[in-house]
This record gives sequence, structure tokens and C-alpha cells, in this order.
Amino acid sequence: MAGWKSPSENTVLGKPTPRLDGPAKVTGRAKYAYDVQPAGLLQGKILRCPHGSAQIISIDTSAAERMPGVGAVIITAKPGDIMRFAGQELGGVAAKSFDIAQDAVRAIKVSYKVLPHVVHEEAAMKPDAPNVRGADPNTSTPNTRSTGDTDAAFQSAAAVIEGTYSCAVRTHNSLETHGTTCKWEDDTHLTCWASTQGVFSVRDDFAREYKLPPANIHVITEVMGGGFGSKFGAGYEGILCANLAKKANAPVKLMLNREEEQIAVGNAPSATVEVRMAADGDGNITAVDAKLHGTGGISGAGVPFPYIYKVGSTKISQISVFMNSGGQRAWRAPGHPQASFLMESAVEDLAIKLGMDPLELRMKNDPSKLRISQWREGARIVGWDRRNAKPGNGKLAGNGRYKRGLGCGAATWGGGGGGGSQCKVIISNDGSVDVEIGVQDIGTGTRTYCAMIVAEELGLAVSAIKTNLGKTSLGYGVGSGGSVTTGSTAPAVKRAAEAAKEALVSAVAAKMGVDTDQIELIDGKVIVKGESGKQVPFKKACSALGPGGVTGDGKWDASLQQNGVAGVQFAEVQVDTLTGLVKVIKVVALQDGGVILNPLTFTSQVNGGVIQGIGMALFEDRKMCQLTGRMLNANMEDYKMPGSMEMPEFVSIAFENPTAKGVSGIGEPPVIPTAAAIRNAVLNASGAALYHAPMTPGRVLDALAAGRKG
Amino acid sequence: MKAFELVNPTDVSGAVSALTAAGREGKLLAGGIDLLSEMKEYIATPSIVVNLKAVSGLNKIESSAKGLKIGALVTLSDIAKHPTIAAKYTALAEAAESVASPQIRHVGTLGGNLCQRPRCWYYRDEHVICLKKGGSKCYAIEGENEYHAILGGGPSYIVHPSDCAPALMVLGASVDISGPKGNRTVSLDKFFILPTENLYKENVLEVGEIVTHITVPAPAAGTTSHYLKIRHKESMDWALSGAAVALTAKAGKVTSAKVVLSGVAPVPWRSPEAEKALIGKQVTTAIADRAGAAAVAKAKPLGGNAYKVPLTRNVVRLAVLHAAGVKG
Repeated sequence: MAGWKSPSENTVLGKPTPRLDGPAKVTGRAKYAYDVQPAGLLQGKILRCPHGSAQIISIDTSAAERMPGVGAVIITAKPGDIMRFAGQELGGVAAKSFDIAQDAVRAIKVSYKVLPHVVHEEAAMKPDAPNVRGADPNTSTPNTRSTGDTDAAFQSAAAVIEGTYSCAVRTHNSLETHGTTCKWEDDTHLTCWASTQGVFSVRDDFAREYKLPPANIHVITEVMGGGFGSKFGAGYEGILCANLAKKANAPVKLMLNREEEQIAVGNAPSATVEVRMAADGDGNITAVDAKLHGTGGISGAGVPFPYIYKVGSTKISQISVFMNSGGQRAWRAPGHPQASFLMESAVEDLAIKLGMDPLELRMKNDPSKLRISQWREGARIVGWDRRNAKPGNGKLAGNGRYKRGLGCGAATWGGGGGGGSQCKVIISNDGSVDVEIGVQDIGTGTRTYCAMIVAEELGLAVSAIKTNLGKTSLGYGVGSGGSVTTGSTAPAVKRAAEAAKEALVSAVAAKMGVDTDQIELIDGKVIVKGESGKQVPFKKACSALGPGGVTGDGKWDASLQQNGVAGVQFAEVQVDTLTGLVKVIKVVALQDGGVILNPLTFTSQVNGGVIQGIGMALFEDRKMCQLTGRMLNANMEDYKMPGSMEMPEFVSIAFENPTAKGVSGIGEPPVIPTAAAIRNAVLNASGAALYHAPMTPGRVLDALAAGRKG
Repeated sequence: MKAFELVNPTDVSGAVSALTAAGREGKLLAGGIDLLSEMKEYIATPSIVVNLKAVSGLNKIESSAKGLKIGALVTLSDIAKHPTIAAKYTALAEAAESVASPQIRHVGTLGGNLCQRPRCWYYRDEHVICLKKGGSKCYAIEGENEYHAILGGGPSYIVHPSDCAPALMVLGASVDISGPKGNRTVSLDKFFILPTENLYKENVLEVGEIVTHITVPAPAAGTTSHYLKIRHKESMDWALSGAAVALTAKAGKVTSAKVVLSGVAPVPWRSPEAEKALIGKQVTTAIADRAGAAAVAKAKPLGGNAYKVPLTRNVVRLAVLHAAGVKG
């Protein structure tokens, strides 16, 4: 079977193609889980513990049950249970209106014994801290590992740096919050419109919960507004919604509000490293001695370290810190953006100590050949030779209030696919073409490339292909995590399109009385090779098919995907030395993704990664209060995310990998190096060495003042 | 939100009566940007909401040789785009333009901007009963306080959120108030009150009183003004620190100076120290910096907001230079 054609042979694939559901999304016609309104719909609301840590003494739902308009009250916690973070769920209500549901939840009387909490990482690590996990300590057993002889390497080093680098907990803050609309069709059949990045994992969660065959559960996600790793499975809110619907005998919608989205459904853990790093006179990184910790609240945390670069010898000790806040979940390249910020910051400081161009040091220690060529190309595009030779000191920095500088960082990721995907391409005898696969489009453009692949095979325009995605009633598709969606889905779609094409060609060839290998599908026509004039429009040719048309089935094929992608980013920033404000002027991002199906949605994903990287670098910080045990900024006012004015010039480049044979997903890698590149650019611009992200105006002013003192 | 009765009076006296009758159970609704979010978050739980929107005559900007008379219902976007305000009352136009986002400026009113409640994250959390809500402590003192007051704080350390108030104050504005005891006019300088005076409100309005108009005298010849707002996020954010400055100059020397800070104190914070450093001087970078230093000389930062001291010093310096038309 055929592989992907080279870019020059394609007519559709590899060409920038606007996403098919874009107009529906921006005009509001697209139906999200929130927009579904089955007849008799009730609104759900969750009851949550307001305390950082508390034991439930009693729960009285009588007032809520009596309230007119309340359809169901469900309590999932019981007296004696310990609540471990502010926001933990106890149950919920479904009612005729959202206001009634909210009033009813507020009418449930819960009596608590408030227990001591700890919500700051450093405090949680202290021996006298309140115990978050019952009998277990707040810190995990250290994960220690070592290679080579670090002592010898430090002794013979040409330069050694020592420092503590860290980054804050961030929340996913998906614009569409978590939640579902659930409707029981009968006692054993559930339809669930979910905001999820895994319709099949949601289905399987419900099937397990209700001990029903998976086929009895129908999960639908035609469009969704972001998950970033936090939306696999039915979740507490999904199961509660279905239970409320069952109890009330009516469909129920339960979507979280912005506060709930921030406190209870995941976050990206913090990471801190106390590190010593050494290099020899040639710029080889010879030793890394690192102690790491991070918190994922009530769940564990960890980052890969050292990150990316070859290191002669290592001594690593790593722990998770547990505290009374909502648990972490996968967040776009779990652990990698944090690891990149810690590692690339230290590498930058090491290069400066060594008196070496930081890019040269990186290239010297980078094991990836592909990235070496990306470093060269990126440096040329951004004008790396413009950078200030010394931090804060050079022509680019200038002598004024605003200082400019350049920095960089690198990314690695997998992005290959896995088995199981099942796609159908159906050509009907009226010439219509449908592509069907159950996989959801998390927003990256899955729907669009499915149509593009089929259009390419059948010689049609993308607009001629109808897409049917995001439903468990269709063939299996993977969950969108680990950037595996494209690597898992695109091969099955291609194989299904090929099979459908073969069936069509064979029917048409028989009718026209020619051999199948004489038939070509080009530009909406069926053409007989070598016989000029012997051609029929695609639609007309399809009338050769029987009333059932033809269906091509496609399964995953490993040969059409590949694993392992490389990326580098360069940032140019401007530091306002009087206010500490950092403006990202430009980000040059070079990202490899194997064979690139749609360069437009590819660069769109890179832009999105860069934007979230800017958020990590400059703005996002989940703030907890030790006095109250509560999150202080569970909103989009004080939990600051980049807006339109924070956008840089994007130079996002789909980097052509000359050896690529297969497709790779790239949802995750472009978010990895941005924060580090910005940190290093701030240092290059102004001499302000920042050790913690986000780099707020206050921290930048402090670092500038420290720099002035020397 | 808690269910409430909506009252729709058509004139000011009707609004005053309704609000007076409602007493502490009543809230006044103008643009609703602040009140509705307070109600949705159960920070405000009125039984009666008096809607001012149907009251006529409160949505006009009147400009004359004597000055401006702005109805309390005039939207911030109408102020920002008014050519006379931009030309002669520059700080006010700049302040209005700096508020939130275009959508909010199209709905938010000047009266609401002056009377909005603090953004303190303890005050805004239903589950925290802080000093301002009848509790016994200001959580900002020992808690997280990076956005809190460095001047005029205690016993509460909120900052006043208004951008327009400092600009109006440097322009010498006053507010017309209607209430159950009749009408009164209060200089904006005397309108806002510190927590030491009253913990539960940020201005002098009594129950039943409504701000109906804001009047601004025409600036003296040779007056220039500027509002500079530093926000962490340029797209839409509150002031970390801001400064409104109005300077009147004669023969190159400052004859009158007004400096009012935002984002740093429980009220829009007039700085006589900064003003004193400017009067009689020709504005230079050194003089502007001296004004900045004077503005923060008495600053008392909490644990997490010390950065506001150098920031505010620089903000005053930059605002003074800009108002004076001097390159920094």
C-alpha cells in the first residue's frame, strides 16, 4: 500500500487549508455540549467543600429536596469523610433552572470539623506541616538516579553555576469548561454530549459505572473548546450528571463555572530545581547535580531532568510534594515546559559564566541532528547575531528605558500514533463522499485533515467531503493525549480512502470497459489514462455504483506515522526597565512534525503553544492562601492569561524534515520552549536574571535592582 | 444569585425614594458591570435592585466654556471618544480608555466606575468573611497581598479600583448627589473615604443617595493632564499602579500641580508631597523623579507588594514628564 506522497505530488494535502468548522464556531452555529437542549432539560450544580481540609460531621439535604423545581439531589460523601482541598465534591442537585439548582445546593447544610491545611509547597515540605495524605508524608520517597562521576566533573570544570530555578502551578483554564449534557434514552441506554478529548474513554467510564455494554452508551463531541490534557474520562461531573439524570428521570446539563474549572479539574504542577551545572573548556556540559521538587496538589508531580542536552554525569534526586489543593492533570506536554524552563535557564547562565555564545553551547550539547539544523535556520531568521554580546549590554539593548534582547530554547516530543483506529469512507451513488471515524477533534484540526486526506485520494475538493467525527457510534478513535491523534487517525483515514477508491475504480472501470489501472481520479473527474476526452465527472461516474455505494474500511498502519519530533524557539523581548513589564516582540518557532498534512492548522497549533508559553513565562500563577486554604484567583481576572495585546509577531514554521515518511502530532511540543526562550531573552535584554516564572513586573524590577547592585 | 425585586423608576426622585425605601436591602443598578458580578458571586445579596437606566437626563455629556457636566449614566466609551474631553480633559479620556475591555466600556458608566467596590480577592470570595464584610481581620495583612495598598492602608488594605476617579480629581471635579435629604455637591477630593473612617463603604454616599452628575471645571489656561496606568496585562487589567497628573505652567514653570495615584491606596490617593515637589519648578527628568520619590516617601508595603514602591515612583515620574510634554 502506498505511503504519503511527496509535497510536490499533492493537490490538497500539505496545502494551507482553513478548518472546516471555523465558520460554524465563529458564528455560534457549532453545537457544543453546553448548547444541547433536549426537551425537559434540568440544570445541574455540584456541592463543594469550601475548606482546605475538613471532616464531614453531617449532611442535611431536606431543605434542598423540598425546594420547588428540584428534580434530584445526590450526595456522594458521607459523615466521617475527610475533604482534602477546597473545591472537593460532595454531591449535587438537578433542578428546572440553574438558579434553583444553585439555591438548592446552597440550601444543603453540611457541618464540618475544619482541619489544619497546608496549601504552600515550601510549608508542606516542613516536618511539622499538617498531613495531607493521611498516614503518608507530604513528600514522596526521593527518586534518585545518577550517571558518571559528578564530583570529578565539578572539580575539573571550566565553569560551574549554582542556582534555584522554579515555575508556578498553572491551571488549564479551558475556555469551554468541563461538563456534559446527559440523557437516558431508556433504563440502559445513555446519550452524553461531553466536552472531552476522549469520547471513547468517557463511554468506557460510563459503561463501567453502570455495568452496561459500551455500545449502550453514546458519547458525542462534535466540537470542543479546549482540554489541554484535563478532559479525559467522564470525570466526577460527568458521572454525577448521568446519575442526576437517572434519578430525576430527565436529561441534565452540568457544566462547571470558571471557578470550578480552576480549582477542581486539574492543573500543571510547579517545579523547582536546586542545581549545580558544570561545563568543560570546550563547552561540553559535564555535570548536573539537581534536587527537584514540585506539587500537583493532592496528586504527584514530576519533570524529566536533565532535559534534552547531553550531560557527562548526573546526580538527580526528585520528590513530589502533596498539599491541600486540587490534583494535577496532564497539561500539554506534561512536565516538559517546566523542565525546559529549569534546564534552559541554567544552560543560559552556564554559557554566560563560560563566556560562550549560549546558542553555541546548546548546539554543542544537542544530541538531535534535526534540531541542529533548526538552530541554524532559526538563528538566521531571528537574526541571532543582533543579540547583545553581554546581558543588558549591546546595540540591541540600547541605553534607553526599553531594552531588547534575544533568547532561545528547545523541545522534544513523541507524537506518533497507536493502533485501534477504524475509519470508513463511503462513496454513494449520487457522488457524495462521507468520512466517518469516532475520534473527536480537540480543536487542532482533526476534522479538516480527515476530509483533506479523502479529497486527496479521490481527486476532489475538500468541500466535497462530508465529515462525521466525535461519536462513539462510529469506528474507534484514540483519546487526544500525547499528541497521538494525528499519528493514530490519519493512517486509518488514508487506508479507508484508498479502499473506497479501489472499489469505486473497479466499478467504474467495469462500466467503462477499461482496466482499473487505466483509471485516474483528478480534479473532480474520472479520467481514462492516455485516452484524451474519455472522462466523466466524479458524480456521474458514481452512478455506476449500486444503491449502497461503496464503503472503504481503514485501520491504523504504523508505516504512515512516526514518533519523535524536534523543535526550537527564539524569542525577542523588550523589557521596560522602569515598570518591569516584559513585551514579547517576536517568537520564531521551528517545529518538525513529520509529514505535514495541513500547514495552516499546524502553524495554528504552534501559535497556540507559543501563546500558552507566554502565559507561563509572564502571567499564569495559581495562587493559594495559607490563611483560608483557598485559591485566590479562581477567575480570569487575577489568574492572568495572555490577551490580544500580549501577542507577539509569530514566525511559526512547519519545519520540513527531509527524512520524514510518516505523520506526527504536534499539539504539545510547541508550548515547551517558549517560557525559557523568553526568560533568556529578558536576561539578554536587560541583565535581569529571573529564577522564577511567571516573570511579573515585581520580579523583573527586583531582578533589575539586583543586577544593578551586581 | 439571590432572587430580587427590580424597580424601574423614571426620574431621579423616584429612584431616590425607591432606594431610600429599600434601605440596606437595596442596590443601585447602572451599567451593572460590577453589581451583577457581585450578586452572582453572593458578595451583594440585595432584595431590591433599583434600575437607574430608565431615568432620563443622566446619559449626556454637556460641554461649555465653564466646563463639563457628565451624567452618571454616560458610558466610559462615550467619554473616551469625546473630542473635547480628549483635547482639554486629556487625563479623563485616557483613564476611561484604560478601563477593562471595549465591551465593558460600552456598558460601564462613569457613575459606576466611581462607585464600584474593591477587587480585593478576599473581599470578592464569598467564603471569606473579611474586615470589610463584618469579619475581624483584613486577610491581606498576613495573606497574599501583591495587589494591595502601600499608602493609606489600615485596618483594611484594599486598593480603590477606579481609573476615572484620579483623573477627575486632578481636574478638580465634583459630584452632584441626590438623596432623601435633598441635593448636595461634593468635591471628589472629599468623596472617597479611608477604611479608618468607614470599613464598609468607600465613599460618602448615604443610604438612598445617588450620584447623578459629575462636573469638571474648564482647566485654566496652560493646563495639561495625563493618566498613566501600569497593568500587568495590557489587554484587560486593573492598575498595579497608576498616576493622574494635571500641571498648569506659566513661562515654563509649574504654577499648579495635582497628582492622584490609582492602584496603591484604599482611595484614589492625592499626593501633596509630589505636587509640592513640582510647584515652582521647570519639569525635568530629575524634578519628575523627585516628585515620584516624594509620592512614595511614606509608603508602607506589606509582604508581597514592595515592588509597588519603585513602580509607583517611576509611574509618577513618567506621568509628570508626559503631562509636561518632556521626553523622559
